[in-house]
Amino acid sequence: MRYNRWFTPWVLVVPALTWLLVFNLWPSINTVILSFTNAKPIGGGHFVGLKNFETLLHDEQLRWALLNSVIYMVVCLPFLTVLPLLLAVLVEKKLPGITFFRTAFYTPVVASAVVVALIWQWILDDRGLVNGLAEKLGVISGPLPFLSDQWLLLLSAISLTIWKGLGYYMIIYLAALGNVGRELHEAAAVDGAGPLRRFVHVTVPGVRGTMILISILISVSALRVFSELFILSGGKGGPGGRDNSVVMLIQQYSQGFEGNLGYASALSIVLFFVTVVPMLVLARLNRRGAEA
Amino acid sequence: MSTVTQERPAVREASGTPKRRKGSFGFNSVSPREKVARYVLLVFVLLITIGPFLWQLSTSLKGSGEDIYTRIPRLLPAQPTFDHYKEVTDTIPVWDYARNSLVVAFLVVGGNVIGASLAGFAISRLQFRGRKIVLGLFLATLVLPGEVTIISQYVTVREFGLANTLFGVALPGMIGALNVLLMYNAFRSLPVEVDQAAVVDGADAWQRFLYIGLPSVRGTISVIAIFAFIGAWDDFLWPLIVLTDPDKYTLTVGLQYLSGTFSNNPRLIAAGTMIAFIPIVIVFATLQRFFFKGVEEGAVKG
Repeated sequence: MRYNRWFTPWVLVVPALTWLLVFNLWPSINTVILSFTNAKPIGGGHFVGLKNFETLLHDEQLRWALLNSVIYMVVCLPFLTVLPLLLAVLVEKKLPGITFFRTAFYTPVVASAVVVALIWQWILDDRGLVNGLAEKLGVISGPLPFLSDQWLLLLSAISLTIWKGLGYYMIIYLAALGNVGRELHEAAAVDGAGPLRRFVHVTVPGVRGTMILISILISVSALRVFSELFILSGGKGGPGGRDNSVVMLIQQYSQGFEGNLGYASALSIVLFFVTVVPMLVLARLNRRGAEA
Repeated sequence: MSTVTQERPAVREASGTPKRRKGSFGFNSVSPREKVARYVLLVFVLLITIGPFLWQLSTSLKGSGEDIYTRIPRLLPAQPTFDHYKEVTDTIPVWDYARNSLVVAFLVVGGNVIGASLAGFAISRLQFRGRKIVLGLFLATLVLPGEVTIISQYVTVREFGLANTLFGVALPGMIGALNVLLMYNAFRSLPVEVDQAAVVDGADAWQRFLYIGLPSVRGTISVIAIFAFIGAWDDFLWPLIVLTDPDKYTLTVGLQYLSGTFSNNPRLIAAGTMIAFIPIVIVFATLQRFFFKGVEEGAVKG
């Protein structure tokens, strides 16, 4: 049997294309359609016009969720753009045993967010490792409410996200560092530049493009946070539901008799616009940098 | 890119014990002082990254009579025991959850490896009308975070009658757009001349895919397989939305309930998390060689 017919390429493409249409493109359109209805998780529902969007405007929980998302992004950005680069430089040199260290640093990435959040829940418990040590050292007199205070809970989740993300971005930087010419480093070294100056003037400019890509990835994933906050807050979204993220709200409306897929879809549209902003800003930054 | 792929494997390779290349002097060599400083830093970061896992492991092994809240933390259990693992598996069907996770993970890995390599090959190596449009469609979905469409995806899966089934959990992720693009990228870096030579020899598209394309992109395929497995095994939000029946829970969803049930005994939660964590670590540790090789081939490069 010969496979050089005109339709051969299509035979190969069709499965992937079907998935793309059924599970990506159609759901994007359907999200918009659903957002004008009051569809229920168990089925049924009808057109309600702009009602969901009016509700959005007065939704106090959404306001908190958006504020949390912005804080999440702003705190994660500097830590996760810089620390993984330093790590990548640290593991770049092929010292004996370096493969072990690379693998170990990547472990938190491989673990499920649920698993690491449960681990941190125990570490940050009132009687857990952090509070125990801090009390022992006399830094604090009573346990800090890492998991029950609105802001401390948010901060705990952010720290968890940063800790879990280190290895992921380290690997991306590591791949990029390979592209920075060794000649540049050697030339700079010959000219008497120390490690620090070589880092600032050779390494950083060399991975600039990757850095912008990573900033986009960090921002978008910070705005999409779910598991960390969900588990650390015991699924409740913190005191008074003020530690919800947008995705947590979407999930809450997705089930039960109280659920409303229409409203959840309207929230999804909010999420889409929120995540598009950093992408546009940073993409623009990238273009301007390339022109300069 | 070419410099990386040519140099790196020469340095690592084989037994996995990295050796410095013969005849590399000067810049490449590390002074003893720098070496010590590097190892000190490496160990420091190691404590931060895997310390919490060790602490959890230790908690899960500490005997019921042992005080786990001591002011001075003890890493080594005084009365080591596997009792909590037994208790967790007796109270909660953890093995069923693990089996469910495994079923989903295998479906997702299989679907992605087959679907993405077929499509990636066609888009990069075969000429056909609409090729650019197809590529554009795959690219366009990248700006769309999965959470945005998760609700209507659920509606779609429900309409297929697959709500509350494991197949419904696996289905939407079985051919990821990103994986198609990664395969496209991998196939594209093959020299065109090889293809042309094969065409002259009378090879059809299918043969070129099987005997020329696939063998040269093994690195990328392993990265996709590893990521697909980890992604499916670790996923939480989607199975949480799709599954309502506790019998069908995957490990992550089951674990969340475990934490509610045993909130007064951290040893049991610790044992439960370790059951979910250890398999994925073993999978990754076994395959990390392929993973890092694939990374260097540029599979993860943006």
